Amino acid sequence: MHALLALAAQNPGELQAGLTAVGRGIVYGGAAIGPGIGIGIVVGNAITAMARQPEAAGQAQTTMFLGIAFTEALALFGFVLAFIISG
Amino acid sequence: MHVLALDFPPISHLIRWPTIFGSGVWAVNKVVLEEWLAVILVLWFFYSARKGALVPQGAQNLAEAVVDFVRNNIILQTMGSEGLNWTPFLLTLFTFIFVCNIFEVIPVIQMPVNARMALPFFMTMIVYFIYHFVGLREQGIGAYFKNMLFPPGVPKFLYILVSPIELITYFFTRPLSLAVRLFANMLAGHLLLATFAILTATLAASTYVGAVVPGALLVALYGFEVLVAVLQAFIFTILTAVYIGGSMHPAH
Repeated sequence: MHALLALAAQNPGELQAGLTAVGRGIVYGGAAIGPGIGIGIVVGNAITAMARQPEAAGQAQTTMFLGIAFTEALALFGFVLAFIISG
Repeated sequence: MHVLALDFPPISHLIRWPTIFGSGVWAVNKVVLEEWLAVILVLWFFYSARKGALVPQGAQNLAEAVVDFVRNNIILQTMGSEGLNWTPFLLTLFTFIFVCNIFEVIPVIQMPVNARMALPFFMTMIVYFIYHFVGLREQGIGAYFKNMLFPPGVPKFLYILVSPIELITYFFTRPLSLAVRLFANMLAGHLLLATFAILTATLAASTYVGAVVPGALLVALYGFEVLVAVLQAFIFTILTAVYIGGSMHPAH
């Protein structure tokens, strides 16, 4: 660990670039957890609804896409934020 | 100039394309050329479908299928029959976004216009002003803000929480998420395809065998990106329909 810190002290720019990359990974990874679970719930319940009432499949599908779009937006905020972060 | 994607452009031009002609605000680069091409394609598509023959053929056939799709799957599902007046607007929006998106997978173009924030932002601004304008016109200023801030059927004490959230939703989150959703999806798709293309090319040049798996994945991802292009155009249009429909008739 001390060797790493000594290396970092020699090249401060590299440390910052590395930490920026790590931060980007954490931001996007963290932002993807919740929407991942959420989209799973949305699609799973939509499939249940379609299987129970195939005649209402069209409406369930439209609503499912709407639900996916709302849920997915959070993950995409994280994706864009990861690009905005600069060292 | 790498206007046509015949070989790999430098990695810095992955999204930031150099100016071809013009300068300052009027600088024209590859993305602007694609936008012009999309406008011409959409106009030509609907112009060539104008014949109105009883038995549709060619472009008219396709155009009627698209109109039917927007009408049945977008407007009637979300706005009801009062929304049919919005068919031209939503149809234009859907076709234009789709053409702009599908450039991502067209050989020798391979750059989705919507991977730059400019066009999603501009279209979102149009939608933003339209749904507020429709809300003010249909409901009047008092009723519009009353229905926005105090949706009926919520317990009184919860309005402390609900009203600020609704205000932020209407004025900030809706336009932001509408623009960012389209933009980020296309940007992610473009980066994904570029990454796999570079990976495949590098591995093919060095090992031949190693390129098989990334190459196969690249082909599969192409199909997936066609799906994403259609889906994002659909979602942008249907959300526009939902917002306008919500402004026309307040939540019950």
